Amino acid sequence: MSTVDVGEAITRAHRAEWARVVASLTRRFGDLDVAEEAAAEAFATAVERWPADGVPPNPGGWLTTTANRRAIDRLRREAKRDAKQQEARMSYADPPDPFLSLPLSPSASPIEDERLRLVFTCCHPALAMDSRVALTLRMVGGLTVAEIARAFLVGEATMGQRLTRAKAKIKAARIPYRVPSEQDLPERLAGVLAVLYLVFNEGYLATGPGTDPVRQDLTAEAIRLTRLLRALRPDDGEVAGLLALMLLTEARRTARVSPDGELVPLDEQDRADWDRELIAEGHRLVRERLATGAAPGRYQVLAAINAVHTSARRAGDTDWSQVIALYDQLARLDRSPIVALNRAVAVAELDGPGVALAAVDRLDPELAGYHAYHATRADLLRRLNRRQESRAAYERAIELAGNAAEAAALARRRDRLS
Amino acid sequence: MQYLLSVIHDSGDLATDEEMAAIDVFNERLQTEGHWVFAGGLGVTDAATVIDNRGPEPVFTDGPFVESKEYLVGFWIIEAADLDVALKLGAEGSKACNRKVEVRPFL
Repeated sequence: MSTVDVGEAITRAHRAEWARVVASLTRRFGDLDVAEEAAAEAFATAVERWPADGVPPNPGGWLTTTANRRAIDRLRREAKRDAKQQEARMSYADPPDPFLSLPLSPSASPIEDERLRLVFTCCHPALAMDSRVALTLRMVGGLTVAEIARAFLVGEATMGQRLTRAKAKIKAARIPYRVPSEQDLPERLAGVLAVLYLVFNEGYLATGPGTDPVRQDLTAEAIRLTRLLRALRPDDGEVAGLLALMLLTEARRTARVSPDGELVPLDEQDRADWDRELIAEGHRLVRERLATGAAPGRYQVLAAINAVHTSARRAGDTDWSQVIALYDQLARLDRSPIVALNRAVAVAELDGPGVALAAVDRLDPELAGYHAYHATRADLLRRLNRRQESRAAYERAIELAGNAAEAAALARRRDRLS
Repeated sequence: MQYLLSVIHDSGDLATDEEMAAIDVFNERLQTEGHWVFAGGLGVTDAATVIDNRGPEPVFTDGPFVESKEYLVGFWIIEAADLDVALKLGAEGSKACNRKVEVRPFL
């Protein structure tokens, strides 16, 4: 096997097996630190050994076994230093298992259950939101500290400290490693959905220089974990809504970046490049939720908006009044000015750029630091033929844009003005 | 595993009769379910004295160790299997005494 093939096998194994290795070690040793370090060592060993020995027939098993040995080695070393600490560790190694009593679809394997516990532990409400996201990306998504630091525009040392603090709190406060009990699940689920949506969005509009504009590893991981949640909570509308939202967004991924690395806006995308299967699945979920007649939450409304967009064969066929009605519904659930900004984009299509610009300008103080606010203004000003103001707004949007492909698209639009 | 549930409030006013009754119910529950270790209310911070005997002579200072808008007015020490149990009890304690509660594990 060539070096390239082995490299690919390791990358593939990392994507598929990281969270499982970490989850199974966390369960066995009751310690996220031990699990993470042992998993990292196992992958490092694979990088050394697989090119010489060949890729093992069962990479996941090989990695788990290797990581287990590393963890035991480490605990033995520590036991010599501190026998008492070891005792405490082992007594915590086999916590009671309320998860087994939860209803699960038959397709969910025990290995996937382990990953779900890991998700709930990393998304525990006793942790700060930024710690939850970082921890989920590290422990469940398998991103390196450097990658997470880059994704959130902080230094690697800062991110390392944030992760260390979060793991220390899990240990010291005894945040349990489990899926919460049935009655606690709804409220805990909302927090998990928020984290997964952040992970997805970071993948879909990756920030930072030198990063791919779309991080498919992140979007795929977010979708995979949301599917797991859906297996656990098939009747939860918001889980279905978030999954539909992610699928309908992911379906447009290929059409979203041009060959020369520019972000292509929705109305200019080649709809033939959209993934029909993902769209069909997303639409099915949205219809299923509508059929229940239950009041939709935020993710379900967002999914419905995306369903309207993806139903149109051409951008010109979009049912804008439907989109505006859905944004009105969303605004009642979520008073964020970003919702108002997105609504204004739809208003521009129905009532013209002048009406939309008036609505957008009202959002100035709140969104003055948000690149999409300036990009939207720039576009509306361009359509109103107010070129000089449009150019200034593009400049500001480019300055604030964190995504390279988006900055490139904005620069092209600016350059087309003259 | 033991946790300290600190009751945080911005006045040292005693609990009302209604609050006292709710606290009694909560205390009883802690005892029946095996979570109870100890609990108590604290006098106002005006009654506090800080002692520093790290030097050659003990120094007594009138008043609390830190001036703040909110301070500790009481506490529970509970036994709980993990943080989720402790947080749930903390939430019920906060409801019962009608004050904020901080949950912290013992080492």
